[in-house]
Amino acid sequence: MLRRLFTPLFLGVFASSAALAEKVTTFTLENGLEAVVIEDHRAPVAMQMLWYRVGAADEPAGKSGIAHFLEHLMFKGTETVAPGEFSVVVEAQGGDDNAFTHQDYTAYFQRVAADRLELMMKMEADRMRGLILSEDNVETERAVIVEERAQRSDSDPSSLFSEQRSAAQYLNHPYGIPIIGWKHEAEALTREDALSFYRTFYAPNNAILIVAGDVNPDAVKALAETYYGPIAPTPGLGPRLRPSEPPQLAERRLTMTDPRVAQPYVVRTYLAPERNAGDQKDAAALVILAELLGGSSTTSVLARALQFGDAPKAVYTTAFYDGLSYDHTEFGFYAVPVPDVSLADLEEAVDGVIAQFLKDGVDQEAFDRIKRQLRADDIYARDNLDRLARDYGTALTSGLTVTDVQAWPQVLQDVTPDAVMEAARNVLNRKTAVTGWLMREEDTTEGAKP
Amino acid sequence: MKMRLVFAALIAFALPAQAELPIQSVTSPGGLTAWLVEDHEIPFTALEIRMTGGTSLDPADQRGVVNLMTALIEEGAGDLDAQGFANARDDLAAQFSFGANTDSISISAKFLTENRDAAMDLLHLAMTEPRFDADAVERVRGQVLSNIRSNMKDPGSIAAQRFDRMAFGAHPYGGSGDGTEESVAALSRADIQAAFQNTITREHLFIAATGDITATELGLLLDKLLGDLPAKGWPLPKRAEWGLKGGVTVVDFPSPQSLIYFGHQGIKRDDKDFFAAYVLNEILGGGRFTARLMTEVRDKRGLTYGIGTFLAPMDHAEMMLGQFSSANGTTAEAIDLVKAEWARMLKDGVTDEELAATKTYLTGSYPLRFDGNGPIARILVGMQSEGLPIDYATRRNALIEAVTRDEILRVAKRLLKPEDLHFVVVGQPEGLGTTP
Repeated sequence: MLRRLFTPLFLGVFASSAALAEKVTTFTLENGLEAVVIEDHRAPVAMQMLWYRVGAADEPAGKSGIAHFLEHLMFKGTETVAPGEFSVVVEAQGGDDNAFTHQDYTAYFQRVAADRLELMMKMEADRMRGLILSEDNVETERAVIVEERAQRSDSDPSSLFSEQRSAAQYLNHPYGIPIIGWKHEAEALTREDALSFYRTFYAPNNAILIVAGDVNPDAVKALAETYYGPIAPTPGLGPRLRPSEPPQLAERRLTMTDPRVAQPYVVRTYLAPERNAGDQKDAAALVILAELLGGSSTTSVLARALQFGDAPKAVYTTAFYDGLSYDHTEFGFYAVPVPDVSLADLEEAVDGVIAQFLKDGVDQEAFDRIKRQLRADDIYARDNLDRLARDYGTALTSGLTVTDVQAWPQVLQDVTPDAVMEAARNVLNRKTAVTGWLMREEDTTEGAKP
Repeated sequence: MKMRLVFAALIAFALPAQAELPIQSVTSPGGLTAWLVEDHEIPFTALEIRMTGGTSLDPADQRGVVNLMTALIEEGAGDLDAQGFANARDDLAAQFSFGANTDSISISAKFLTENRDAAMDLLHLAMTEPRFDADAVERVRGQVLSNIRSNMKDPGSIAAQRFDRMAFGAHPYGGSGDGTEESVAALSRADIQAAFQNTITREHLFIAATGDITATELGLLLDKLLGDLPAKGWPLPKRAEWGLKGGVTVVDFPSPQSLIYFGHQGIKRDDKDFFAAYVLNEILGGGRFTARLMTEVRDKRGLTYGIGTFLAPMDHAEMMLGQFSSANGTTAEAIDLVKAEWARMLKDGVTDEELAATKTYLTGSYPLRFDGNGPIARILVGMQSEGLPIDYATRRNALIEAVTRDEILRVAKRLLKPEDLHFVVVGQPEGLGTTP
């Protein structure tokens, strides 16, 4: 039901498997627009996605939430399309449209019958430079994003806690600021803030067009030249340089209590390397490490040690890592205690399991099984065109190339048990870690505080 | 009550003229029927199985037993314990999922063509010889209890459960299929075993498959997989009588925002007016931006991030429901807007423009729903369990096109009852109290 989303914090670890898409074609227009065409002729459907290489982490200081607010405002019309009409036209074609904002990108998409692609491209190109905003529309939509924040963050202690944890994870990098914005800053965003951000970053030389489905690459190229081709680029758009992290020398620990918490938990994240162009080996090892430690609720290292046996300490455990990020990313775990176990005891138990894992090394059978599942996942992924298109869009706005995307499955298969252990020893560094306990109010006396 | 997620997709299954889906009806040598769409492009198959009944089959004093049993099917079977089963499944890179809904149990499987026989042998083992080992029962019971406790603090769950209890009382629809902390704590292994023997049966079975498999192969597979299930299970529940009057129920919850869950009685899926009601709902409160409620409450006034309504034709009751969130200070205003839109639709019906645009959307969005083997298999099973004919897909757009403004106005008068709308408000809304 809800639209204009930002993506959830923890993506699955199998978040990319685009390489087996059989027919992928790329081209670049003279004005700098890059395009990727993914053919799938099983159904007469096409999806257009336009990804901008700009997200929440590119916002000016003090203007948190402007990337996401602008995403909402992109539906408020141009000279030829009235406010709200964009979605009306898409729906009148039987299509669906939506948009989402992340730290590293902002993307807009439409799914339509394949023969309606041209109209979608015409409208998407029109709003790349032609947005018109009235003060009234800006005021009302700001109320919507404030409600969105209230619904998604302020009403959910787990989301609030996650914001606090991210803020503690990054000492200097803007990944520590929530995508939807801090409430006091989001409430104060103006029309001029949005337009200034828009004029700089919404340009063909800062965008990636992805068209997937029952389409012909030559026809897509001709349409792109017609509609996106005439749009002037933003001159002097430099590389994306965000404030970077200093060395992290001190572990951080947080505790938060809220009467709305149903299920206390402990979460820890460590600063981790991301996938980089031509250099995805460390990230691949971390994907497999996360799977080994916490990928399955039945057979992972954490699950076997903490959820099974005579006196299990956890109801649920998981480990997570998402390598698709322009700058740093995080490796982490999450554990929910059984009713009589304190968060202090559970955290100690998790650390014991990890220490034992570092001593014992990789279980070869489990390692081989994960490789087999990753291979199969590439086959299952081909059934999901939306996901393939998103994989390319996310990767290309995270600094990777089409070649990197296509190489990724083999990079995963080439990971060795030694590489996993080396990645584990490097990433599990408490000096870069944030440990958080989320509790009900009545639990504050339980065990030692972090 | 956990409803099947079919409302949006429930009826939009037909196909555009240019994309007729070749659905075959397959009868196995042993007499099981399945619908199949063959597609050999990707070397895997999606298999979807649905057994009518679901958590509403719980014995009255064992609420949550079907849910707990379903969660345990994959936790050890035959000579494999829970970890052994998971390893065997992962070795084959097969994916199984078992879900208990209010009206059905659903089983979904995806398996590579190269591992098809071994994957089906393993699924068969789970469906016929689950172990329900004591340690697995306690582990999964702990997870279910954790979910129940989380739902007790979740505004959306609190609202829906309160609404259901007031609407349906002691009928299974009146309580959560997860059970309560007390009822789940009291379930025994024998209870779980009995629920298994009486719900995983051939009595109300619907099957669909899509992907890299032929009709002959599917027939043989189904006999091996399902042929030795019991023929009969527990009887289906009786009709759920509606006991909720119009009004407001406020549930205090510490939050800056209220969550509002509202509705009244609805319309049966096989009612001759269902299509008109479906189009009416799409115009009034479909999740799209152009729906009236979205326009009035979100786009014009910024009172919510999203609002939607939907028809919920369950097997034993029918509802028309909606949900949104709004700041505590604006909740009362938003509720008044919902009532006003109910009244406006009742008085004036829809415009020619709204009807034309909605028909174009509903008919044009057809092929978008058939986007992959897994989704197609789920749609085909849904069609069968709704009692729709195999050629429904080719006729459905004509049924949408046939809906007229007059018909919608007539159905509005039958369906929409502003005075019967009950709003459950979870939060601390200003100027709003429980009535009557």
